[in-house]
Amino acid sequence: MAETATALPTRRDFLFIATGAVGAVGVAAAVWPFINQMNPDASALALASTEVDISALQPGDTLTVKWRGKPVVVRNRTEAEIDAARNVPLTDLKDPVARNANLQLDAPATDANRAAPGKENWFVMVNVCTHLGCIPLGQQGEFGGWFCPCHGSHYDTAGRIRGGPAPENMAVPVYSFLSDTKIKIG
Amino acid sequence: MSGPSTYQPQNGFLKWFESRLPLGGLIHSSFIVFPNPRNLNYWWTFGGILAFMLVAQIVTGVVLVMHYTPHTSLAFTSVEGIMRDVNYGWLLRYLHANGASMFFIAVYVHIFRGLYYGSYKAPREVLWVLGMIIFLLMMATGFMGYVLPWGQMSFWGATVITNLFSAIPIVGETIVTWLWGGFAVDNPTLNRFFSLHYLLPFVIAGVVVLHIWALHVPGSNNPTGVSVKSEQDTLPFHPYFTVKDALGLVVFLIVFMWFTFYLPNYMGHPDNYTPANPLVTPAHIVPEWYFLPFYAILRSVPDKLGGVIAMFGAIAVLFAVPWLDTSKVRSANFRPLYRQFFWILVIVSIGLGYLGSRPAEGGYVIASRILTIYYFFHFLVILPLLGLFEKPKPLPASITESVLGKGAANVTAGAPAAPQTK
Repeated sequence: MAETATALPTRRDFLFIATGAVGAVGVAAAVWPFINQMNPDASALALASTEVDISALQPGDTLTVKWRGKPVVVRNRTEAEIDAARNVPLTDLKDPVARNANLQLDAPATDANRAAPGKENWFVMVNVCTHLGCIPLGQQGEFGGWFCPCHGSHYDTAGRIRGGPAPENMAVPVYSFLSDTKIKIG
Repeated sequence: MSGPSTYQPQNGFLKWFESRLPLGGLIHSSFIVFPNPRNLNYWWTFGGILAFMLVAQIVTGVVLVMHYTPHTSLAFTSVEGIMRDVNYGWLLRYLHANGASMFFIAVYVHIFRGLYYGSYKAPREVLWVLGMIIFLLMMATGFMGYVLPWGQMSFWGATVITNLFSAIPIVGETIVTWLWGGFAVDNPTLNRFFSLHYLLPFVIAGVVVLHIWALHVPGSNNPTGVSVKSEQDTLPFHPYFTVKDALGLVVFLIVFMWFTFYLPNYMGHPDNYTPANPLVTPAHIVPEWYFLPFYAILRSVPDKLGGVIAMFGAIAVLFAVPWLDTSKVRSANFRPLYRQFFWILVIVSIGLGYLGSRPAEGGYVIASRILTIYYFFHFLVILPLLGLFEKPKPLPASITESVLGKGAANVTAGAPAAPQTK
């Protein structure tokens, strides 16, 4: 043991680090199933769709259906509600994006972009407050749209956030008209 | 737990056992001869009360699980079955539900005791932080336990609280979906909350062991805040403090039993006797009373992320108290200004609790904002500055002097071996 001064890094340093790195990858690989098991399972992910008959809805009527565990409203809006939503300048909106899953991510939140294409009286929306997930009450609040009783968020007649703590417009889900009286959500 | 043990095993078996696992010595030195300051008042009995409540919650909880079904279609009915059919089920459930409230009453008294007497100051910072970790675990456990009966408040409380995480930028929605195991609070959520609600009390028990260990290194603080200087400042844990703790516990249990037998639903919410309905939010949702001050802080901020940050910040700031308080004097008895600010903080905290139970509108929101600002102002501005500007009253030379007066302290100073004889 006369010569103990060895140049760094030595072969042993390399082996230490390499072993540690392999061990870390192994631990991460073992932990992942325990984390991922909490994500939605296959049955929840199977993208459910719901067909809704809307023939009975007169102007001013709302139908609520459960889709993916959440309430979705289908509303036949009145002329007054459509006019009220149309006449809002985009600069007055707290969230200027449409949040419509059928459109581009950056589509502006005009009433036409929120309502059904070509059928502006029909309005489909996930009725879940974007603040903390309560169900807002319809045709209430300062803007005659929806009002969330939990923390006081006000939405207008196009489901756009206008006052209170919620940050976003309520979401418009993927849907399509199968016929004039039937829509498919999801 | 510190110093060599003076434990003398009495018989052959105990001697044999002690030389292999010194458990008797550990118990003897921690809970029999452990020296406590002789001037501890009844505010110090809440530690023992809390230990009792943890055990009581675990015992009633383990028994309730024998009759409960964690499934969305059966949870509510199985809880009603416990109330109506199971022998003494009503008693066990009321003990567990009211026990949770009593547990929080005791922990709030215990925390404010620490704030008043400066029990968080050096050398007890780690003790304080461990206590805050227990407080956080208690809140998680209490929240998940409230979800299990699957009533309307269970469901919507779970929805609102888990949605707090959706305020996190970018990954928020992913985290919430992960917490739910779906796209809304549903059966997977109930199952995991049940699993964790059973696990966390044992985690709490583990941290309680660390908390007591960290307590037994410097020993208990006391109403004067003056450190123990000699043996005559202390008395052995048994029988002096076992008996004092027992009396405090009995009085506490009278209150606990009064709620359990005469007002069992007073601290609950009637909406939770309505089965969960994912399509209808109750008109006015509130969390359990022990979360109300933090709920008021959440709602006082007119911004989603800001509200969530303020709420978690209100808890986080408690962790930092040992380093925010710059005063060298521990006890508020000798800090004339801090003593007043302490009581203002107590009133502000109770006020926030009241406001959290009111609807989020009009004057209530304005009042919540004022009290929220004051809450943070107390910890972030008053505490650091007060230590620099306040002139404390003169401290007693020792705990014994504060108890017996100057002359008596000098007399007994000659007899340190017999501190319990005046």
